[in-house]
Amino acid sequence: MIAEHTPLMIEVAEITIHNSVYTTLFFDFAIDFRPGQFVMLWLPGVDEKPYSLSYYSPTRFGITIEAKGRFSRRAVALAPGDLVGIRGPFGNGFDIVSSPHTAVVAGGCGMAPLAPLVTKLHPDLCFIHGARTKEFILFQDRFARTRHITTDDGSLGHKGVVTDLLAAEIQHRTVQNQHQFDMVYACGPEMMMHAVFTLCESHRIPCQVSLERYMRCGFGVCGACVCGDRVVCTDGPVFDSAQLRNMADFNRTALLKSGRAVPLSDYVTWRCQ
Amino acid sequence: MESVTFLGKQLKNPLVLASGILGNNAGILERVHRAGCGLVTMKSIGPGPRDGHNNPTVIDLGFGMINAVGLPTPGYDHMDTEWQALSGRTFPLNASIYGGSLEEFVQVARFVSEQGPEFIEINISCPNSDRHGMLFGVDEKAAFAVTNAVKRVIAVPLIAKLTPAAPDIGKIARACEDAGADAICAINTAGPGMIIDIEAQMPVLAFKKGGLSGPMIKPVAVRCVYDIYRAVSIPIIGLGGVTTGEDAVEMFMAGATLVGMGSAVRYRGIEVFDQVNRELADWLTDHHVTRDEIIGAAHDRRHTP
Repeated sequence: MIAEHTPLMIEVAEITIHNSVYTTLFFDFAIDFRPGQFVMLWLPGVDEKPYSLSYYSPTRFGITIEAKGRFSRRAVALAPGDLVGIRGPFGNGFDIVSSPHTAVVAGGCGMAPLAPLVTKLHPDLCFIHGARTKEFILFQDRFARTRHITTDDGSLGHKGVVTDLLAAEIQHRTVQNQHQFDMVYACGPEMMMHAVFTLCESHRIPCQVSLERYMRCGFGVCGACVCGDRVVCTDGPVFDSAQLRNMADFNRTALLKSGRAVPLSDYVTWRCQ
Repeated sequence: MESVTFLGKQLKNPLVLASGILGNNAGILERVHRAGCGLVTMKSIGPGPRDGHNNPTVIDLGFGMINAVGLPTPGYDHMDTEWQALSGRTFPLNASIYGGSLEEFVQVARFVSEQGPEFIEINISCPNSDRHGMLFGVDEKAAFAVTNAVKRVIAVPLIAKLTPAAPDIGKIARACEDAGADAICAINTAGPGMIIDIEAQMPVLAFKKGGLSGPMIKPVAVRCVYDIYRAVSIPIIGLGGVTTGEDAVEMFMAGATLVGMGSAVRYRGIEVFDQVNRELADWLTDHHVTRDEIIGAAHDRRHTP
């Protein structure tokens, strides 16, 4: 049984290579899970890192990894049958609203934690996904729902950013006097999530975003992942508008491994090493 | 719980946040204070910068935790924004410090004292670095030397945080008292221990061994506080496995003036401070005694055959 205590060593059941940087590892194991929660993935002798679940069924789950640093490059090189350690799940997960008026906004591999949420939401949701180029659109054929794509270079969908489409949809609903969004969910680069939050605030639309910080324990004691007075691993990783309003470090500051507080951009550069 | 005076400073209650738990920034320290903690302790500050160990660093075993975080620190002189944020604080602060040598302890202590914490706690008891900490806490002469050296350069009361790894913790506490320590804080994590994953065939912690904390070490902590109480006359912050009001009562009876909690945050959340305050107050009311009256109470009892 996968639990929050010592890691359980389990076999990688299957691997899907999405493109040059995104790979999903599947495990044929039951895990108690809510969309937005994460597990700690241990590669013995290498390191242990938090990953949100990107696939979930009662008998199988998957995590999608972006190869960008020392650990993630090792993780995407795993083969079926290889053993890894899993503990979790940790974190609060998304608060799921049943309204047909919701939006999901994904940026890059921010699609991963949102994917299990999308299937739980009302099918009428407004689903927006942005990436650098067409190749970086994750889970191209996975969803029955209509997905509005944006790319930085225009190689697929709208040339621009996700907030272009979200702003247009919010505007459309306002002008047409239609029911406004009851909830907007976002995950992606923190700058993008902040832009979504700001846009939602200006239209008094509640939102939830999933934050990322360097983590150690995963269960709220070590303090490595504090963001202002919030503990990302236990208070989050999902935070709602009310919490984001009072979170001075949101889109501004993050702690390095040493605990040093640095501007978010410096943190992001360090995380990709 | 009612407020207490500790080394001349007013604390809203006798509960303390253990060093290494949460205390990474001013925001979270304030939140823990608001949640009912009388005295919050910063994560140990060293000469740094130092990253600490790779993960896994902290594992919950259910009956307590094992950790080898490895003393990460930005370094005392790379914390400008933090010191600035803390300068406007509305809560008492205990600044934990460490060094790899007597000179480093002095260097860090001098700087940190100038930032105006209410107390400075010297961490001479961390088992998770080969070069820092515990070396000073298992040897009377070394404990005396570092306490004495730090005491000379700081302007705030000094607390010595001790390790249960010392063969005779009472003697170490006495050496610290002789060297000018104003209080003793005990205990730091026990062990160190090790857990091996039998499928991976290797220790789970990246540092291989790690300090034990939480309910599984409470009897060790109670014994240490009991021993220290008999050896010194300065006050003791007792901690190690305290999770409930009754655990706190036990610690007071062993001889603690204040009671700390760390791993308890894992089991009952940050709210544990308010909860233990209530449980403690209820126990004292039910037994018609005050906290003062139970401090060291276990020492006065005699077993009758």
